[in-house]
Amino acid sequence: MGAYLVRRLLLMALTLFGMSILIFVMLRLVPGNIADILVDAAGIADSKEKAKITHELGLDLPIIEQYGQWIGGLSRGDLGFAYVSERPAIEEIAPRIPISAKLAGMALFFAIIIGVPFGVISAVRQNTPLDYFLRVLSLSGLSLPSFWLGLLVLMAAVNWFGTIPIYSNEPRGLLQEFGLLAIPAAVVGFRSSALIMRLTRSSMLEVMRQDYIRTARSKGASQMSVNYDHALRNALLPVVTVIGIEAAFLVGGLIVTETVFNIPGVARFLVEAIRWRDYPIVQNLVMLIAFVVVTVNFLVDMAYMALDPRIKFAD
Amino acid sequence: MRTRLAVAAATFVALMMAAAPTYAQKQGGTLKISHRDNPPSASIHEESTISVNQPFMAVFNNLVLFDPNEKVNSPDHIVPDLAESWAWNDDKTKLTFKLRQGVKWHDGKPFTSADVKCTWDAVMGKGDEKLDIIRKSPRKIWYINLKDVTTNGDNEVTFTLGRPQPSFLSMLAGGYSPVYSCHVPGRDMRSKPIGTGPFKVVEFKRNESIKLVKNPDYWKKGRPYLDAIDWTIVPNRSTRMLGFGAGSYDMTFDSDVTFPLLKDVKAQKPDAVCEARPTNVNSNILVNRDKPPFDNPQIRHAMVLALDNRAFADILSQGNDLDGAVMLPPPAGFWGMPKEMLPSLLGHSPEIEKNRAEARKIMEGLGYGPEKPLKIKVATRNIAIYRDPAVILIDQLKKIYIEGELDPIDTTVWYTKIARKDYQVGMNLTGVGIDDPDVNFYENYYSTSDRNYTSYKNPEVDKLIEQQSAEGDLQKRKKLVWEIEKKLADDAARPILGYNVANTCWTPQLKGLVLQTNSIYNGWRFEDVWLDR
Repeated sequence: MGAYLVRRLLLMALTLFGMSILIFVMLRLVPGNIADILVDAAGIADSKEKAKITHELGLDLPIIEQYGQWIGGLSRGDLGFAYVSERPAIEEIAPRIPISAKLAGMALFFAIIIGVPFGVISAVRQNTPLDYFLRVLSLSGLSLPSFWLGLLVLMAAVNWFGTIPIYSNEPRGLLQEFGLLAIPAAVVGFRSSALIMRLTRSSMLEVMRQDYIRTARSKGASQMSVNYDHALRNALLPVVTVIGIEAAFLVGGLIVTETVFNIPGVARFLVEAIRWRDYPIVQNLVMLIAFVVVTVNFLVDMAYMALDPRIKFAD
Repeated sequence: MRTRLAVAAATFVALMMAAAPTYAQKQGGTLKISHRDNPPSASIHEESTISVNQPFMAVFNNLVLFDPNEKVNSPDHIVPDLAESWAWNDDKTKLTFKLRQGVKWHDGKPFTSADVKCTWDAVMGKGDEKLDIIRKSPRKIWYINLKDVTTNGDNEVTFTLGRPQPSFLSMLAGGYSPVYSCHVPGRDMRSKPIGTGPFKVVEFKRNESIKLVKNPDYWKKGRPYLDAIDWTIVPNRSTRMLGFGAGSYDMTFDSDVTFPLLKDVKAQKPDAVCEARPTNVNSNILVNRDKPPFDNPQIRHAMVLALDNRAFADILSQGNDLDGAVMLPPPAGFWGMPKEMLPSLLGHSPEIEKNRAEARKIMEGLGYGPEKPLKIKVATRNIAIYRDPAVILIDQLKKIYIEGELDPIDTTVWYTKIARKDYQVGMNLTGVGIDDPDVNFYENYYSTSDRNYTSYKNPEVDKLIEQQSAEGDLQKRKKLVWEIEKKLADDAARPILGYNVANTCWTPQLKGLVLQTNSIYNGWRFEDVWLDR
């Protein structure tokens, strides 16, 4: 187990190193850099001014040197300076991370608490009107784009309650923050919950036909115990995998939702930074996302072991 | 005695009534406005977008200002701002300003003539590099005739011109000409600028908000009325409109409400005050006249003959956009040629079918026809307000055997591509900072301008531009301006398709806002605006 963990951690480090090269190179392959864009934004194409900005930002240095500066800085905890705001990148990124993290966490929580129980209910009540309803609900979750659903929610709020649940000012207190994030989290989480619901249902249906379920029933276990203690635990393995993948995909969903609900999170900020070719912001944020994805994958693998004692990670 | 009393009473009542408006304004309150996007920076001198001017103009003062209470910006409606008075020398080449005394920057330092000098030195690219007040200057060309700025003590400054230029004062009166301070580095001016204006910047949080608060030491006593202005950056237009409908914002971003959207806004907020006004932003065609096929003047001529400007207006703005030449047409504009002259210009005749028949004949003469169309790419920024007219243009060009293919360009590299001449035909939008011929002609059509994107070079037009610029007689100058407009149209320099008209809406409690009809970039000082709550 110990050797496995060391191997996994080394692999994670190697993956992140590869990612850093990929991000760095890909960003520079995209046409235009910040100097082009700053000058373009002002509607001028003055080559002298452009050259001056390029030099000031160190974009005229050899690419290897630029990479070395970034990685060197990163290892010291220095994320560099944001090109657009001209402030330390950490000051731009840090306040936005908790907002997106809370939103993503709430969305995932929503997806799980809706997706798993409804998936189980749908499976145990197979081919009943309730099952049909839940299947339609899950299908609509998969087919409704988040931005459209978000706009519908906003329109409904304005029409029925005369208010709009968007992020205008920094919330005062945990409750207000919860209130502000709950609706967007539900909108983002709806799609993930639908996926989890469908997968839980099919996985449960498969498990419910297994011999050990019949054995559990024959020894007099209650329906609840059969469903949740015996069936669900085994049905959860593929669901956990999907939850891990969804956690990574949530970042994509957040971009749209943060835009529609005007949440000043990291996802919308990343898109804006890509548009401006603000390399220090994009590089560091993508690295952060890569780190989160790699870590979540690691945790999912660890969860397998907890869920199924038969799974052992050999040394 | 009774008569005297009656006269005294009448005088008192009259005085009270005259004084009433000054007492009517209420102090206090926070004005909430939605902003359409992230301003590239807070430095007005470095940018060319309303996204910067609208929120940050209130932080600064100019030397002089277009009268904020007048709807039309014109040279005869310029009022003092940081300059108390101004005077020209006899040969009209030196403009001297007497500056207001006792004015302080938001950080408490005194404002002096040195600030005026270093601002315009920086704008002209002659500034002290160590000061680094600005790092790019899109309006350098405006000051092509400005030779020097000199100070005479702390309260007097003189602008020396190469030749007389009546428009010079107008250029200083627009929103793009704030006075910067010498002691604040450019980096700070781009993120948290220091000005002398009625509002101070509390914070500019990218992707989030811009917060301004009343400057308690503002030199204009009793102003501003508002305590604060909160701009919330809301990139999604639907969210902005819903927010306005729900009362989260007192005002929409300028010209944010298109005519199709106006109905929805009115349905959600029936008491909203909405005003349509020309933005002095025109849709125009960039033609690469240095490369085939448009190096052939006959093809350029045929292309312009194919245009139906009315159709653009009908489709894009329910018929509200204005047809005009290079200058915004009257009555919204001050300098544009009269309506009755417009049909004589190439591309503005109402006889569309006749024009197109003539265009087809030209194209046939050049060997093109239904079987052998001229295939071109129509490049444009990949955003709806650019793409939509480009699609209509492609449709209209089909009528004369030109088969266009839309080439959407990432908006961030649009001007770089144009500067490289890497296009055949481009659909462009041009916003004019000040409704003034010098600003428009020098910026967009003068042969040495960085913003003359098509590199249009016509020595005759350059000469006429200089001639009108020096002309002191208004009527004579207007005639020269119209002559230039005609030459540019006949030369297909940058065919104009129409002038955008759009709506701005606000809550009825918002008072004292005057939208100016010939430029969206001016009139955002907000010092006379108040909330009736």
